[in-house]
Amino acid sequence: MKREIPVFIALLLIVALLPALGAYPIFIMKVMCYALFACAFNLLLGYTGLLSFGHAAFLGAAAYATGQSLAVWGWPTLAGLLFGTASAAALGLVMGALSIRRSGIYFAMITLALAQMLFFFFLQAPFTGGEDGLQGIPRGSILGLDLSDDLNLYYLVLAIFTFGFLLIWRCVHSPFGQVLKAIRENEPRAISLGYDVDRFKLLAFVLSAALSGLAGATKSLVFVSATLTDATWQMSGLVILMTLIGGLGTLAGPVVGAIIVVLLENKVGEWGAMLAQWTGWNGFRTLGESVTIVIGLIFIVCVMAFRRGIVGELAFRLRRHDA
Amino acid sequence: MTDFFGIPLQALLGQLLLGLVNGSFYAVLSLGLAIIFGLLNIINFAHGALYMLGAFLAWMGLQYLGLNYWTMLLLAPLGVALFGIVLERLFLRHLYRLDHLYGLLLTFGLTLLLEGVFRSIYGVSGQPYPTPAALQGGYNLGFMFLPIYRAWVVVASIIVCLATWFIIEKTRLGALLRAATENPKLVEAFGVNVPLMITLTYAFGVGLAGFAGVLATPILQVSPLMGSNLIIVVFAVVVIGGMGSILGSILTGLGLGVIEGFTKVFWPEASNTVVFIIMVIVLLLRPAGLFGKVK
Repeated sequence: MKREIPVFIALLLIVALLPALGAYPIFIMKVMCYALFACAFNLLLGYTGLLSFGHAAFLGAAAYATGQSLAVWGWPTLAGLLFGTASAAALGLVMGALSIRRSGIYFAMITLALAQMLFFFFLQAPFTGGEDGLQGIPRGSILGLDLSDDLNLYYLVLAIFTFGFLLIWRCVHSPFGQVLKAIRENEPRAISLGYDVDRFKLLAFVLSAALSGLAGATKSLVFVSATLTDATWQMSGLVILMTLIGGLGTLAGPVVGAIIVVLLENKVGEWGAMLAQWTGWNGFRTLGESVTIVIGLIFIVCVMAFRRGIVGELAFRLRRHDA
Repeated sequence: MTDFFGIPLQALLGQLLLGLVNGSFYAVLSLGLAIIFGLLNIINFAHGALYMLGAFLAWMGLQYLGLNYWTMLLLAPLGVALFGIVLERLFLRHLYRLDHLYGLLLTFGLTLLLEGVFRSIYGVSGQPYPTPAALQGGYNLGFMFLPIYRAWVVVASIIVCLATWFIIEKTRLGALLRAATENPKLVEAFGVNVPLMITLTYAFGVGLAGFAGVLATPILQVSPLMGSNLIIVVFAVVVIGGMGSILGSILTGLGLGVIEGFTKVFWPEASNTVVFIIMVIVLLLRPAGLFGKVK
């Protein structure tokens, strides 16, 4: 634990300096939003053992709520972010209360179905702009900082991500986190120890939903829009992949997974073009259109052969090395 | 008696038939899911993609080989079943000892892969498929017009569902199958090749999905995404029905299709979500589902 703090601060400094080194801020902000989303999801799957297949609902709902409050009601930015997060938390309370009544595969299916219900709501509701989504959400300003400047927004997003990550860190290393792990490892035993397991599960669910909502609200500021894509079940699947590829139940895993998945989504086309140039085979040029194929393949490889994920695998090797 | 709560009877019955058609697809698909879940303990997320594969095989059979609807109604499910055997041997087999969530995740990856492949070849716009000559047109029943093809879909689905129910609940093979879900070791000790039985059960389950896919081709456009929204509804059907009983999944599937059809008449905006709303209500009253047993 003590060893990790300097590493964490060093990484934070590097990320803070990235725009000065010429990195494209919007891209890194996108990564941070997804990383927060994946970390929040991991709190539920990695630490509590609940596979929610409907987490896109929170990302999407918060984006719409923030967009609505900023664009239509003209709220200040901070209030809009909080409103989006609170909406996702409230939604999490309802969805969680319904879904934790069943466990395992049923839990996954119920969350998936509830999220799909919400998807159709967003598709048809008058305020969401249907297939087009909400466009032109004003970024406004926080504490006198004009957020329409990408760099100012960058540091706000970094602060939000750091806050979310540290909150999850704190939770995981608290007695609350220990109870969650106990539930994951052996639910009947946790019950027999006298813990109100359903309450802990619900609390974890709401916390995870709220942080996912924070990610969605932030994302709507970054892209000045809230779209239907954020609420699709494919998005729910993507966040599972991010967590799985990085390492279930590790703190850094979801961040690494988010970086990889966003890189894949944005760069596979470019890589394909490069490969085509090197090898002279034009088949690689179509790679950009086949991102789902690549993602599907990675999913299969992860489940079949790489279940610890990148960070999980590294941690496992280090521990074996130490012993 | 031509109006019913202000809705023309003809429109109402038309929607009822549409609902029954959708319900037939729900029933066949959730039946396949239930069978696979019973023996493999895996939620086959790829079910929707395999339904799509069945539809595409039928379309490809006509397009490239000139094979007609009836031939493909037999061949396409067989093709999907063969593909299922490969999937089970290559992938699923290695996951039984693990948390069953990995099965869900693997089949989810397969879905992305399959949909991605068909998307990159055929694009997202659907391919039309003609209704077979023998089933074109319809009967005028006096009070409504009955398209023959839709009636055929309902009848064929119900027959297939009932035959499956009969095999599983009333024959010796079905008894072995049910015994193997309870205690595979014991059944193995009787000299039954349980791994082979599991493979064939998976193949049969996904074959059902392929069959539903062929049935759907003349009604819906054949498109790579045709399975992806349907499968979520089928999952909701499974949650409502409870997955415990074969007959339960058939009845729940048909019933929910009809309810959805009626909703389309009385409250069109809710027709996409009514199944999920029912799911919430059922979950509140009976968390194990309508036909499910609490374990």
